[in-house]
Amino acid sequence: MVDLKVNLAGIEIDNPIIPASGTFGYGYEFAELYDINMLGTFSFKGTTKDPRFGNPTPRIAECKEGMINAVGLQNPGVDKVISEELPKLKECFNKKVMANVSGFSVEDYAYTCGKLDKCDEIGWFEVNVSCPNVHGGGMSFGTSPEAAAEVTRAVKAVTTKPVFIKLSPNVTDIVSIAKACEEAGADGISLINTLLGMRINLNNRKPIIANKMGGFSGPAIFPVAVRMVYQVAHAVKIPVIGMGGVSSAEDVIELMLAGATAVEVGAANLTDPYVCKTIIEDLPKVMKKYGINSLSEIIGGVKD
Amino acid sequence: MKQSVFEITENTALTKNVFRMRLSGDTSDITASGQFVNIKLDGFFLRRPISVCDSIEGELTLVYKVVGKGTEYMSKMLPGDKLDILTGLGNGYNLEKSGDSPLLVGGGVGVPPLFRLAKELVALGKEVTVILGFNTKDEVFYEDEFKALGAKVLVATVDGSYGTHGFVTDAMKGLSYTYFYSCGPEPMLKALYNASASDGEMSFEERMGCGFGACMGCSCKTVSGNKRICKEGPVLAKEDIIW
Repeated sequence: MVDLKVNLAGIEIDNPIIPASGTFGYGYEFAELYDINMLGTFSFKGTTKDPRFGNPTPRIAECKEGMINAVGLQNPGVDKVISEELPKLKECFNKKVMANVSGFSVEDYAYTCGKLDKCDEIGWFEVNVSCPNVHGGGMSFGTSPEAAAEVTRAVKAVTTKPVFIKLSPNVTDIVSIAKACEEAGADGISLINTLLGMRINLNNRKPIIANKMGGFSGPAIFPVAVRMVYQVAHAVKIPVIGMGGVSSAEDVIELMLAGATAVEVGAANLTDPYVCKTIIEDLPKVMKKYGINSLSEIIGGVKD
Repeated sequence: MKQSVFEITENTALTKNVFRMRLSGDTSDITASGQFVNIKLDGFFLRRPISVCDSIEGELTLVYKVVGKGTEYMSKMLPGDKLDILTGLGNGYNLEKSGDSPLLVGGGVGVPPLFRLAKELVALGKEVTVILGFNTKDEVFYEDEFKALGAKVLVATVDGSYGTHGFVTDAMKGLSYTYFYSCGPEPMLKALYNASASDGEMSFEERMGCGFGACMGCSCKTVSGNKRICKEGPVLAKEDIIW
């Protein structure tokens, strides 16, 4: 009998599989397909203080082994998330959910997290300082250690639940940003968000995405994720949630060896809505194949 | 929504770049005309959303145009090949609003989803008129198939090489109808929106990530709030559309 349980910043989860924010809505679309209570948890759609429509369409471009999105944090705003989405979520998910929060000022982050902290359904925060698709916010907080630390401090001051800071790979030194968040009181680091990308339509010579650029995700970015999780996990003492192009049980084990305590699955949900279920079901036999009895024992287990 | 494997039974060219693919498989989740399916193709990351032309128990018919590498790959597939398909996506047309003499207006590769709809409306005893718009005579498809259903069919070509010379809105002139249903390129839908004398519904297209409501890739603004083309669409009521 293999053990899939891991401890995520003080909360034990049944397995380390977490659908990533923006690829799983508020859960109920997937609950029509399978019992989402089998998940470790999931990170809900990035939520902001005010409702947002997001960017103009087209917002999606295909790539080899991946895709670019420029959704731009479309969400109903924190008040409607609390009054409408969380009650619907509660009907199909009885575990703690991870609240993904974004903002355009330090005050925004604190406001939104402060409101959500009162909701019992929420187990953790995942504070997104890395969205590449909005101007004047998002990623701009995640590209400097000082700004990331300031957001961390502001959120920690108004919350009681573990706070993960979700970092951008679009930086020269992710380790210094992760360390700044740790020093500012973050309970964990979550990485990587999407890589800034762009595609051009040869027929009309225009960018495919209306916003020109967007976030590149999918299996193509997996090696970048492994590298950055490895770098960050070996530099900080707080837990790391690894993500970026994960689509199989083998990928999960690889990211955990690199240092991830839990693993998010993003773009793969969009092409195979059952992928998280499949990964959870595959994990025991893949663990057996590699002589792993307990997933928590392999965290950071990569050899020099 | 249901994910299942279908087997191709037919894949033939109707015109130079429009193909009809028939597949056998589980169609039980296709509950309304105007819905679409999302097809996984080997070597392509995203699925391809294709509207349902027809579906009966155990058989799915898709009529698609080759517009890129994915649909080109589809056009080369052979009977016996298998495809992983998500079915039952999107809202579909609302039959209850049709009145006694609905008008169906399709442009180019917007024609296919109207076929299953016409079949249903005829079966309900409605007096169905269909206008099919194409650029030129070589592009015309499914005129005979709609006629065989018992619908009155008018064809318009932009270059005048077949049927009415002009757009679908030219072929519409003088017609009386209780409601309209349409699918086609956005400029056509917009012209129809302005020219139509009744209420109606239009099916829209957008680049999609997932096709089932998860990613917010295909959102649009409507009179009644933000909608996802893949989930609350692709069919929008005329009164809901903001041009």
